[in-house]
Amino acid sequence: MALTASTADDTLPPVGSPVVRIVTFVRRNPTIVIGAALLLTLVAITLAAPWFAGDPFRQMPINRLRPPSARFWFGTDQFGRDVFSRTVYGARVSLIVGLTVSGLASLIGLAIGLACGYFKRIDGIIMRAMDGIMAIPSILLAIALITLTRPGLGIVVAAIVIPEVPRIVRVVRSVVLSIRAQPYVESAIAGGTRTGKLLARHILPNTLAPLIVQATYVCASAMLIEAGLSFLGAGVPPEIPSWGNIIAQGRTFFQIAPWTIFIPGAFLAVTVLAVNMLGDGLRDRLDPRLARRM
Amino acid sequence: MTAFILRRLAATIPVMVVVAAFVFFLLRLAPGDPVAIIAGEDATAEQLAAVRRKLGLDRPILEQFVLWVLGLLQGDFGISIFSNLPVSRLILQRLEPTLSLTLATLLVAVCLAVPLGVLAAWKAHRLIDRLVMGFAVLGFAMPVFLVGYVLIYLFAVKLGWLPVQGYRPLAEGLWPWLESLILPSLALGITYMALIARITRASMLEVLAQDYIRTADSKGLSTKRVLLLHALKNASVPIVTVIGIGIALLISGVVITETVFNIPGLGRLTVDAVLKRDYPIVQGLIIVFAAGKVLVNLIIDISYVFLDPRIRY
Amino acid sequence: MSVLLEVRDLQTHFFTSDGVVRAVDGVSFDLLRGEMLGIVGESGCGKSVTALSILRLIAPETGRIVGGSIRFGGRELITLSNEEMRGLRGHNISMVFQEPMTSLNPVLNVGTQIAESVVRHLRLPWRAAHDRAREMLELVKIPDPKQRLGEYPHQLSGGMRQRVMIAMALCCNPQVLIADEPTTALDVTIQAQILNLMLDLKEKLGTAIILITHDLGVVAETCERVFVMYAGRMVEQAPVASLFARPRHPYTRGLLRALPRADTVSDRTGARPRLTEIPGIVPALTRPMPGCPFVPRCGFAVERCRVSNPALTEAAASHLVACWETGRVAEAVA
Repeated sequence: MALTASTADDTLPPVGSPVVRIVTFVRRNPTIVIGAALLLTLVAITLAAPWFAGDPFRQMPINRLRPPSARFWFGTDQFGRDVFSRTVYGARVSLIVGLTVSGLASLIGLAIGLACGYFKRIDGIIMRAMDGIMAIPSILLAIALITLTRPGLGIVVAAIVIPEVPRIVRVVRSVVLSIRAQPYVESAIAGGTRTGKLLARHILPNTLAPLIVQATYVCASAMLIEAGLSFLGAGVPPEIPSWGNIIAQGRTFFQIAPWTIFIPGAFLAVTVLAVNMLGDGLRDRLDPRLARRM
Repeated sequence: MTAFILRRLAATIPVMVVVAAFVFFLLRLAPGDPVAIIAGEDATAEQLAAVRRKLGLDRPILEQFVLWVLGLLQGDFGISIFSNLPVSRLILQRLEPTLSLTLATLLVAVCLAVPLGVLAAWKAHRLIDRLVMGFAVLGFAMPVFLVGYVLIYLFAVKLGWLPVQGYRPLAEGLWPWLESLILPSLALGITYMALIARITRASMLEVLAQDYIRTADSKGLSTKRVLLLHALKNASVPIVTVIGIGIALLISGVVITETVFNIPGLGRLTVDAVLKRDYPIVQGLIIVFAAGKVLVNLIIDISYVFLDPRIRY
Repeated sequence: MSVLLEVRDLQTHFFTSDGVVRAVDGVSFDLLRGEMLGIVGESGCGKSVTALSILRLIAPETGRIVGGSIRFGGRELITLSNEEMRGLRGHNISMVFQEPMTSLNPVLNVGTQIAESVVRHLRLPWRAAHDRAREMLELVKIPDPKQRLGEYPHQLSGGMRQRVMIAMALCCNPQVLIADEPTTALDVTIQAQILNLMLDLKEKLGTAIILITHDLGVVAETCERVFVMYAGRMVEQAPVASLFARPRHPYTRGLLRALPRADTVSDRTGARPRLTEIPGIVPALTRPMPGCPFVPRCGFAVERCRVSNPALTEAAASHLVACWETGRVAEAVA
């Protein structure tokens, strides 16, 4: 007479309306939801900027260094410029840099990582090169490139991509190596499957989850580096408002008008936080094993 | 033992070679004409040639590389374009503040973050754990300059407890030196602390779930001994690893911190060099910083042997 | 013979997302001074949890002792403060675990792991503690003890590690040693050595030993009394000879019948008779069971068994059973 184990049916959530399903999703993945929500809000604000944020360049000498008020939500800087407006426009730079760097670094890193993990012969040399690049602190590497070239957004992006690539290469490569060692891959190779097909069908899909997680961290890192570079005066040209150079310009009158630094800084912190939360949430969801290591 | 250390040391050579090669070729492969950019918009042909000579670009490539590497090994990092002073001298002048700041930050970060991480793991899932992890998540997102300015505003401007900026060398006295380092090292260290606390907690949690901790408990040992000797020692390898990795964060942050707090160290030297496009200085700094990072990782590597007897040398 | 440990109606529950797991659901027994007691049962029957409960080593995030009493030397252990409990562990009551590989701290050397108990409980200085550690290693018959003191667990073989564990457990001369499957993870030849060592030490030091195992053979060879557990409850308690000669609980009977026998005879076609198994599986411990937990698998079950849970009662001299139909079970031919 068979004995039934405890029935788990009563613990499953009712398959309900879309509303119920969304609520369940939110409850189970709070970090992803909060991170994504913050980011989407930011994107929405930046896209809508031309309609409601005012003019970031307009100088109003009579309204210099005004603290936050009903008229100027975030106050004004020493040239009488609206800090709210500048902050909103500054968001654009951060988002563009973050997303572009993340995307580019991911693509390049993916390509190199796949090649390294799969083809033993080039692995040695390339990983040495990656080690060397990783030995150089990222800001310095970016600074080196920027010293030698004309200022511009494109250069800043390129300068930040280079130090971030090795990180992605490492992650992709380790996934490729572990999958390549699996028996089913060995048998596929023995069966004559072509390299391209092998890479595309077996290896690539497994790299996507860790890659996406790393890409979010790269995005956060890129935003911080760009802001740092702009703060130092070595990033985005001062004509384009970026949170970094807004803060840099706020230095002179910091003690009497701290809002010019705190507000863009807070925006940057919250944005980076949102991206990190998204990354953490994705990591917990897509690969709990990675979560243990971090 | 010495053989082991020498072997590890030897392993760092290829990395430094790559760094040197990278820096060398960056100048020669950068898009556009670096010489023109360095010399400036309205440079004459003469000035361009002078810059080219200063950068050593007027010789055949291989000769340049060899000469340059030989020079590096002898401590010759080239000549600054704008001040005509040897880069090595400029670097040595500014070394103390940066070294002080980095060491202070390292100490503060480790001494605060590791105990916090241990505490969070010990009281996992309770309030203190959530607080520590909340701080860690926030801390990791905070840009160094924001933290710096907030600290300055609170403790220097409003409360007046600490100096707003500046650096006092050790020669001027222990307390002034320490005083000038407190806020900068906190600002620089926040992200580092967040990372260390997080990894400490994760590593400790993994260790605390192990059988040998249950054995230690069954022997009636004090909680302190179980946590700090039995558990922490086992958890230390990942923690020490991340301390090494985090040094990279520190070095990147040093540049910004020195700018915020007006500390005349290598970071400020870097910024001045970038703005003036004085590439030899940037070049020299990269080598120095990379070497520093590699050295730290070497020390960490060697320390593993002392932390975990299963690691043989 | 004096009673060292009195366990009465112990209940330990675990709180999981699937519900409350009644891992130990009303266990009572006595441990006498210097005796070797065996606790047998399948995986998940609650024998390890009983042991951990005695030492109060159940992780508070996962479970708790919710009822019953454990008296040791006249003191009630369940209400003892954490500090006092720590004084007891390793000193009056010690434990040896199943996996010597993972139960020893990999980054501390053998000498330290033994000596620290001595320092803690016997308050000796480290030098004297290390000497005692060496004595203990000699006692457990480890060759070259002085050398071993400075070695690390990964440098020792499985059998040696288990000897070290035993040395660690006995170094402060506890009155009770709880051994949770001490030989399960070892080679068969080493198993015999370890068991003999334990018997030897019991004679020398007068320690009472609770041996937890799923191996009836081991129990037969080493123990004086044996308890059988099923689904968190004690179903039979008897002196070894009595239990093996005449099991009085259907579960025990089933266990004994399921043992492979060396004297089976093949029939004409060369086939050997099937092993007699106990049909069914262990019940989930999350559902409340009003009657006897063994009912679904019991060949002797009657209506009464489904309705009320039998208590442990004396069926013969020192032989207790928790079964309504024990009379019929005892009559049945093995």
